Amino acid sequence: MKAPPFAYHDPRSVEELTGLLGTLENVRILAGGQSLMPMLNMRYSMPDHVVDINRIADLDYVRRVEGGLRIGAMTRQRTLERDPLVAQYAPVLVEALHWVGHVQTRSRGTFGGSLCHLDPASEQPCVAALFDATLHVAGARGERDVSIHDWVLGYMTPAIEPDEALVGITLRTWDGPHGYGFEEFARRHGDYAIVAAGALVALDGAGKISRAAISIAGVDVKPIRLTEAETMLTGGPADAGAIAAAAEVARGLECMSDAQISGDYRRRLATTLTRRALDKAVKRARG
Amino acid sequence: MDVEEKRRISLVVNGRKIEREVSPRKHLGDFLREDLRLTGTHLGCEHGVCGSCTVIADGVLVRSCLMLAIQADGMVLRTVEGLAEPDGTLHPIQEAFHEKHGLQCGFCTPGMLTTLAAVIEENPSIDEAGIREAISGNICRCTGYETIVDAALSAAATMRQGA
Amino acid sequence: MGARYFGASVRRLEDPKLITGRGTYVDDISVAGMMHVAFVRSPHAHATINSIDASMAREMPGVHAVLAADDFEGKADKPMILPVPAPIIKQAKTQYPLARGSVHHVGDPVAVVVAETRALAEDAAAMVMVDYDPLPASVDLAHALDPGAPLAHADSPDNLIATLKGGFGDAAGIFAKAPHVFTERLELHRGGCHSMECRGVVVRPDPMGGRFEMWNSTQVPYMVRRYLAQYLGLEENAIRVAAPDVGGGFGPKAVVYAEEYAVSLAALHLGIPLKWIEDRREHFVATTQQRDQIWDLEVAADADGRLLAVRGTCLHDNGAYIPYGIVLAATAMAAFPGPYALESVDVTIHSIFTNMVPNTPVRGAARPNTCFVLERLVDLVAQKLGLDPAEVRRRSYVRPDQMPYTTGMKARDGSVVAYDSGDYQGCLDLAFAKYGADFRARQAAARAEGRYLGMGMASYVEDTGLAPFEGATIRVQPDGKIHLQTGAAAQGQGHKTVFAQIAADLLGVRFEDVTVEAADTAAFPLGIGTVASRVAVVGGSSVHMAATEVRTKAIKVGATLLEASESDLELEGGFVKVAGTDRKIGLGEIALKLNGLFGSPMMKGVEPGLAATSYFEARELTFANGSNICEVEVDVDTGAVKILRYVVAHDCGKLINPMLVDGQIRGGVVHGIGNALYERMIYDESGQPLTTNYGEYLLPLASEMPRIEIVHMESPSPRNPLGVKGAGEGGTIPAAAAVIAAVEDALAPFDVRIKRHPISPQDIVEMIDAGMPALAAE
Repeated sequence: MKAPPFAYHDPRSVEELTGLLGTLENVRILAGGQSLMPMLNMRYSMPDHVVDINRIADLDYVRRVEGGLRIGAMTRQRTLERDPLVAQYAPVLVEALHWVGHVQTRSRGTFGGSLCHLDPASEQPCVAALFDATLHVAGARGERDVSIHDWVLGYMTPAIEPDEALVGITLRTWDGPHGYGFEEFARRHGDYAIVAAGALVALDGAGKISRAAISIAGVDVKPIRLTEAETMLTGGPADAGAIAAAAEVARGLECMSDAQISGDYRRRLATTLTRRALDKAVKRARG
Repeated sequence: MDVEEKRRISLVVNGRKIEREVSPRKHLGDFLREDLRLTGTHLGCEHGVCGSCTVIADGVLVRSCLMLAIQADGMVLRTVEGLAEPDGTLHPIQEAFHEKHGLQCGFCTPGMLTTLAAVIEENPSIDEAGIREAISGNICRCTGYETIVDAALSAAATMRQGA
Repeated sequence: MGARYFGASVRRLEDPKLITGRGTYVDDISVAGMMHVAFVRSPHAHATINSIDASMAREMPGVHAVLAADDFEGKADKPMILPVPAPIIKQAKTQYPLARGSVHHVGDPVAVVVAETRALAEDAAAMVMVDYDPLPASVDLAHALDPGAPLAHADSPDNLIATLKGGFGDAAGIFAKAPHVFTERLELHRGGCHSMECRGVVVRPDPMGGRFEMWNSTQVPYMVRRYLAQYLGLEENAIRVAAPDVGGGFGPKAVVYAEEYAVSLAALHLGIPLKWIEDRREHFVATTQQRDQIWDLEVAADADGRLLAVRGTCLHDNGAYIPYGIVLAATAMAAFPGPYALESVDVTIHSIFTNMVPNTPVRGAARPNTCFVLERLVDLVAQKLGLDPAEVRRRSYVRPDQMPYTTGMKARDGSVVAYDSGDYQGCLDLAFAKYGADFRARQAAARAEGRYLGMGMASYVEDTGLAPFEGATIRVQPDGKIHLQTGAAAQGQGHKTVFAQIAADLLGVRFEDVTVEAADTAAFPLGIGTVASRVAVVGGSSVHMAATEVRTKAIKVGATLLEASESDLELEGGFVKVAGTDRKIGLGEIALKLNGLFGSPMMKGVEPGLAATSYFEARELTFANGSNICEVEVDVDTGAVKILRYVVAHDCGKLINPMLVDGQIRGGVVHGIGNALYERMIYDESGQPLTTNYGEYLLPLASEMPRIEIVHMESPSPRNPLGVKGAGEGGTIPAAAAVIAAVEDALAPFDVRIKRHPISPQDIVEMIDAGMPALAAE
């Protein structure tokens, strides 16, 4: 299980990177390596060129920006887990990262890498969808923005050209107090989720739900926002009945099915986990 | 470009400065084992799940099968061979593994030791749940994990006293 | 002599180098001029090979050779040796070192590529062009014997390897009259051993020719030597096989594999040292697996729920070849009655070829299978009759006053199975004493809150200390230290420590002063292997015998040198002493005298050397037993199972090192939990394995595993000088049965009956959903 031969490039700037991407054929970008390296070792991936972006200096950051939090594509999961801005503005991301892999993989794995790899059950795209994230893509023609909701073209396929690279992600974090919850079901700790659900809930002065967001991973090739349930909840009471009714919306989802996990089971998990995530979010919103 | 063209890297491994030529496709685990003859780091799956190959790179835990050796250029590495003091005094986690029967065949042990050394050094107050989560990325087929957990709790207690 | 070490939880001699990264596993061994091997393997479950074209591969950078079966000038034309032949085997199909004309499972080796590095060898392996004609594959065990079923071997009349019939008593009569008869179909699924170290060999041909050395991650170095010598037409003395540090075995490393033949053939053919290290993907398709069986059983019970008889049929998937003959089927047969005093057993086992990885024993061999099916039947009887499952067990166990107890079954060699000692009810009582008596109340309280707790139990008996023998040489060195050599290989069990404990007590030396050299055919002439929980019993007894002999000799010589009576002498602190005095002579000094000096004649009547070699011949099995109790909570929304408690009452006779025995039990239980809840080796309908990495095949992790609470009973075995019984597999044997019973108990409100393992969370919610309508109809 040794990687196939490839030519190695380690650009030092985004300009150098996009230049390389514009000239090379059959390229794989090496970010944290926690998905690409196994694929190389198993020869599932046979690139002629590996472009390692770990030495590009200005891709590892968390910054407060207008309307949210901007995270550099090469920011490690370990960094995000410990970042005070993330803890303050997007604590649900910290909770979600707790489910991502293991201590030895979060030290290398990156936010941008996960958003490009796009495993359907991955937590980080799920959180990005929860925050209506904007993805910043650099190419030879300059930078462009893509909404997370337009980002996933198909199974593990991001809306990115071969000569482009994801350089940053802006989470549209919520102003004002709100509760959050991230629930997941995996066979073992650190496994890819079968289904995961994230929820954000804000309450008004009367204790009614003023805003809700629900995002579910593992039911489709991309994270699904449960907008119908969000609408149902908004303006209503934050009680168990409302939460259960909202979660029931997940039971109507079209869910993918494979050799090991059925669509029925995914629907059941989506419903249960949505309810649990909302429950947690409401409790936290109440303080 | 010749795809097997080697690159020169320099790094520090267990306190020793190293310079070597490496081929780009060689992962860090193979580099440690083959080029440096540090065979304490074991390869159990080479796809990033079993944790046997865990080493400490610039102070954080990494799976050495999931990094290219070339990426370790400029890094400071600690492997199982570098856990004990230069005078041979064992790290508390090594002592505790011996005391609590934290190993049987010994194959997963280097990854367990590096993981727990780093985790406990960062947080000597870690509890059983924390330890179990920390080693959930390290597979052991022999012990059932319990004595490893006991060893880690014991080492953490020792390190709290020493701190 | 006081037992200072025997029975004490001393820290292991093996540890210091293993915790500092200084172990020597086979992949740590490099020899000058060594090249690396990668295998070309079949991508098909069953296919004819039309041609193999290695011309492109041979031109690849760094490639030294590419060899298929036809490239060995007739030396690789025979199928591999069948280690355990039996007349009952209808089709004795063993593998070829490299495929000849056909392949029979995904992963079957077809060619070896030899190159300067493993990476280069893998590059070239991908360029070996093999033209296959795929054939239908036998992958459906339930229908593999049906007329017209796809054949695992196209030249076979059918997929039947052998049919074993076994039993005793008047089953028909008992079933005709029994107050209660229940039937059940039970299925067990295959998993792998997944030692964290994969297999591997380094072969170094002797520069003088005709001989070679092999370092091999094996449980059976002497069997490797024997079969390679037979196959290659060499004297056994021409082959040295040594097992270095071995990173776990669990059964499958007791097979002599195609790769060991092929790498030896290639190294001799090319005249250069070769290394092959199995990678994890190869481990999934080339290392033997175990446990696929389908049982159709009937159980008869008396009016009180006491088990009377069991009869039925088993379909046993043996995979594509029979590297172990019909040992698994025979083990299932011999072990079948477990701890129960049955009046009759009537079992038929069909061993069957499929186009999947061959089956050989994995921790527990077929005993976890028979334990699972029998314990499920006991629980069925309890459920149907409204009895406490513990009570059905108590009424059915063999009683201590029946020991030695002849079960009625026959062992592999045709001898009767006769339990030596043990108190099965006492062991279950001990487990419950540890566990407590409040479960049903807690369960009811939890159910009132909508939480589902369950408790299950399982008991087993394991035959340990398998024949024929192991041996040991103990030699006192002139410095007074003890050198112990044995054939018995270790894969993490701590044999060196255990042997040193036994020897140190008898010789009155410090345990640290015993060095143990094991599993090297150049160091000790004969050995059998580490399988079937036999080394502490058989190897340990041989150490006891050799140490006793050395002790006797030291006293005899000491008596002469100290001018004292033998009866006044004792061994202590490395000396032979006259008891109660300070007159003493060091063991090393005696050894030096007995090692001889130029021109100085030996003492009369004393052979040179303070040393002895002994073999312990195991003529009767010794039977360990135990009872496990498992408590779980099931999340009925997700199907998640959390193990809350796990209690083991274990009886392996006298404990040599309780800490090490507990380690064996804990690891074994977790392996069984894996079989019950996590590990599933999935093949599709064409025989393609779908779970060939650790993301798809789930091994138990620390984050989910419980603490294992252990209590011991010690029923000494009368069948060996140490009173010990084997402890290597007793953790695994009952674990899946106990876990499944606990899950079923948790789901009792949903009328769920679990008839197979493993079960996934999805399976559990599907069973709950299937049970719900039945519940609603009530």
